[in-house]
Amino acid sequence: MNDDINLKIKGVAEEIYKKIKKKEQPNLDVPLRSLTNVSYDDNEGYFKLLGKKKTRTLTASTIKTFAQSLRMMVLSKQLVDSKDLATKREVYYVSKNWGDAKFNDQPESDSTMDDVEAMLLTQRERMGFVPEEDGGAVTGKLKIIEKDVETGKTNTVDCTKFVSGAYNIPNQVEDLEFQTDAKFILAIETAGMFQRLVKHKYWEKTNCLLVSLKGVPSRACRRFIRRLSDEHNLPVYVFTDCDFYGFMNIYRTLKVGSGNAAHINKFFCVPKAQFIGLTPQDIIDYKLPTHKLKDVDVKRGKDALKNDPFVHHHKEWQKAIKQLNDMKVRAEQQALAVGGLNFVMEKYLPDKLKNHKTWLP
Amino acid sequence: MIRQTELNELTEKNPDLVEEKTAKAHELAKKQRDISVAEFFSRNRHLLGFDNKRKALLTTIKEAVDNSLDACEEAGILPEISIQAIDMENERFRVVVEDNGPGIVKKQIPKIFAKLLYGSKFFKLSQSRGQQGIGISASVMYGQLTTGRPAKIISKISKDDPAHYYELHIDTQKNKPEIVKEQVVEWEKDHGTKIEIDIEASYLKGGQSIDEYIKQTAIVNPHATIIYTNPKAEQKIFARVSEKLPKQPKEIKPHPYGVELGRMIKMLKLTEAKTLQSFLTNEFSRVGSGTAKQICENAFLLPKTKPGSFSMEMAEKLVKGIKQTKIISPPTDCISPIGQELVERGLRKEINAEFYCSVTRQPSVYSGNPFVIEVGLAYGGEQPGDSSANLLRFANRVPLLYQQGACAMFKSVVPTAWRNYGLQQSNGSLPVAPLTILVHISSVWVPFTSESKEAIAHYPEIIKEIKLALQEAGRKLGSYVKKKKRVGFEMKKRGYIEKYISHVGETLKELVGFNEIEEKKVEESLKEILEKKRGKLEDIEFDKNKNEDFDEEFALKKDEGDDDE
Repeated sequence: MNDDINLKIKGVAEEIYKKIKKKEQPNLDVPLRSLTNVSYDDNEGYFKLLGKKKTRTLTASTIKTFAQSLRMMVLSKQLVDSKDLATKREVYYVSKNWGDAKFNDQPESDSTMDDVEAMLLTQRERMGFVPEEDGGAVTGKLKIIEKDVETGKTNTVDCTKFVSGAYNIPNQVEDLEFQTDAKFILAIETAGMFQRLVKHKYWEKTNCLLVSLKGVPSRACRRFIRRLSDEHNLPVYVFTDCDFYGFMNIYRTLKVGSGNAAHINKFFCVPKAQFIGLTPQDIIDYKLPTHKLKDVDVKRGKDALKNDPFVHHHKEWQKAIKQLNDMKVRAEQQALAVGGLNFVMEKYLPDKLKNHKTWLP
Repeated sequence: MIRQTELNELTEKNPDLVEEKTAKAHELAKKQRDISVAEFFSRNRHLLGFDNKRKALLTTIKEAVDNSLDACEEAGILPEISIQAIDMENERFRVVVEDNGPGIVKKQIPKIFAKLLYGSKFFKLSQSRGQQGIGISASVMYGQLTTGRPAKIISKISKDDPAHYYELHIDTQKNKPEIVKEQVVEWEKDHGTKIEIDIEASYLKGGQSIDEYIKQTAIVNPHATIIYTNPKAEQKIFARVSEKLPKQPKEIKPHPYGVELGRMIKMLKLTEAKTLQSFLTNEFSRVGSGTAKQICENAFLLPKTKPGSFSMEMAEKLVKGIKQTKIISPPTDCISPIGQELVERGLRKEINAEFYCSVTRQPSVYSGNPFVIEVGLAYGGEQPGDSSANLLRFANRVPLLYQQGACAMFKSVVPTAWRNYGLQQSNGSLPVAPLTILVHISSVWVPFTSESKEAIAHYPEIIKEIKLALQEAGRKLGSYVKKKKRVGFEMKKRGYIEKYISHVGETLKELVGFNEIEEKKVEESLKEILEKKRGKLEDIEFDKNKNEDFDEEFALKKDEGDDDE
């Protein structure tokens, strides 16, 4: 698999070399990274990359990014060869050795990394690059078997043994193995709500696995949920705030992937996921306290209606987004505390899990 | 037409005639003269250019030089003028100006130098430096009032004539010359005039100094040789670069539109014509018998009215009638501009710049007076880029150093949209750029805002012409500035290529796995590919030694001294 990356990188470099030999301007093809370059088909269950490409021809104005992309590939090759990893932040610091080709800030370096990743149609993890961010956390009746690549020894983590903590999902989840007899996975947007459910051992009462998404789920977290649900045939229920960030950035990304790294959506999506709340209808039904939508929020809703292929596919989502925009409010998960601190466990979730009709696809 | 000699005779017989029977303004002037000319002068010295000691030195030299240049050109002689300003200590200076002009006939010498409002230029319409006949006699009076010493004049009209030496005072009560000494002397020159005046003054260098004035004068008078010795006894010679005298401007009769009431009354008194009809057709340009009849009709005056019998009211009617009559514009071939090529050459000597351009407009007319506007621009080079552009103003080849803010030229430069030509400019000010702007007006009658001839009056026709000339020159400049920016941008891009090319080579070496020789080859090829794509680079670098006309000695410097406007 790693040789595969090295071959791809070498392929790109040789292509450029050949062009220069022929006295032609070399170029790099990068898939267009945006929602306009994905399609959605329910049967496939994820955002699929369309063929749109942006060709970066080497000219005086592109030579800097061109040089940086090549530098990034060399670094990747070195990491893969030495079986090492570098975080995005570390890559940014490594670039400080590149003289004039160094990155001035991390977003610049991240963006070049994303470009190279998309260009090679691979995952940055395979190129030896890992994110800094937390991969999310899991708890419930789950045993995770970890394997030390160097020694070959294994270690089993029994998640039921955690009292107040949870298992932190690592950046590399491909080699993990799972044992569980839980009935479903409940993915939760906020760490606060996750803490409440962990504290009261909600997983024990309902025999589920609780996953803390910590905002927009990281790739590792998405892949973790995907493997868990695939291998043990578990339904996935997603529980977020009632706002467009929760709907689109969190739920939609988890379920079908994003426009930004569409070439990897196939592996990093959870097509089984279903949205149980909070829905705009919940605000009405449970008389939840709300906050006003800001202009930017309203715009985000309109953008989703206009540009998001996933929303285009689902009338229910279109309805829900319009409803929320008309109500001009949003509600947080914690707003359920208005009915009592444990209202969420005693009333809301049991109601929801029973009544499929209140869900969104 | 009134002949100059006849006019002289007229004023000879009755010296007060001209002033006595003229407009109200002159009557007022007469009253002041009754107090004394000296009083009038000291009250109005700022109008005549003697507001302070520094300016007095400039004005005195300027008036003498203007007269010399005018006289030489009128006589068809290539001017050679020597100017000396000698520091006599205690704020006294001796100004000596000597020319190779045609000289002055003996009996005229006292009046020309020692009688205010006497001269040949006031009565004719022809492009010349002097206009009112105030200048040199005002300097003589200033010298007399501040030092008490007489002006000393030598003049000789030909090899066979004697040189006449005069020491003159002005009788400040009667405005008459007072001859202190008169004698025939030996003078080595064939012809010419020399004047020596002692005045109270001060000498400072800088933007409004005599040094500056003389340098600028030399720029717009490339046919003149000027030898200048400053009060520090440093001599500079501005040698003639053109052997061609400027085209002799033609004298024209005034155009009816340009004649105001006072002047009209004077003309009516002095004409030989017997009827209004013949007065109009004989004394004015562009008036034929048809037009004359039309004027009479519009003025409700009979064509047979005798000019001598005109009352003030009738004269007013006549001026009004003229305004209501359509009369074709005056002839414009009487103007002698410097010329596009010489304007540019003048600038080349003055400023070591990268780019020069100049524009000479077609003649135009304001209030019946024809005029021509010329503009020259010098951009870049050794000029400072972070200060306002330097504006050089000239009227009939005379530099204007004072009252820039009040001048129509400044008022035309400021609202011109220099930003369109790639320069920086904030509202209501000169552009900020390494730029010198030269503006020159030639006219048979330059409309100054005051007698001291420092600023051009704001006639809409003049402002319009200056703006058009600036725009025309500005467009030429703009295309250069833009080209320069483009080339600068291009240079930067090429620098960019140089900067990153080695990274491409090095990484490809590592990824593809070739040796260092190949790496160099890749870099060479890549450079070739990228530069071929960008095309040949035009050479637009400034080379300070490229301008062969430029003379460092001659160059205008904006450093020493402070401008005390």
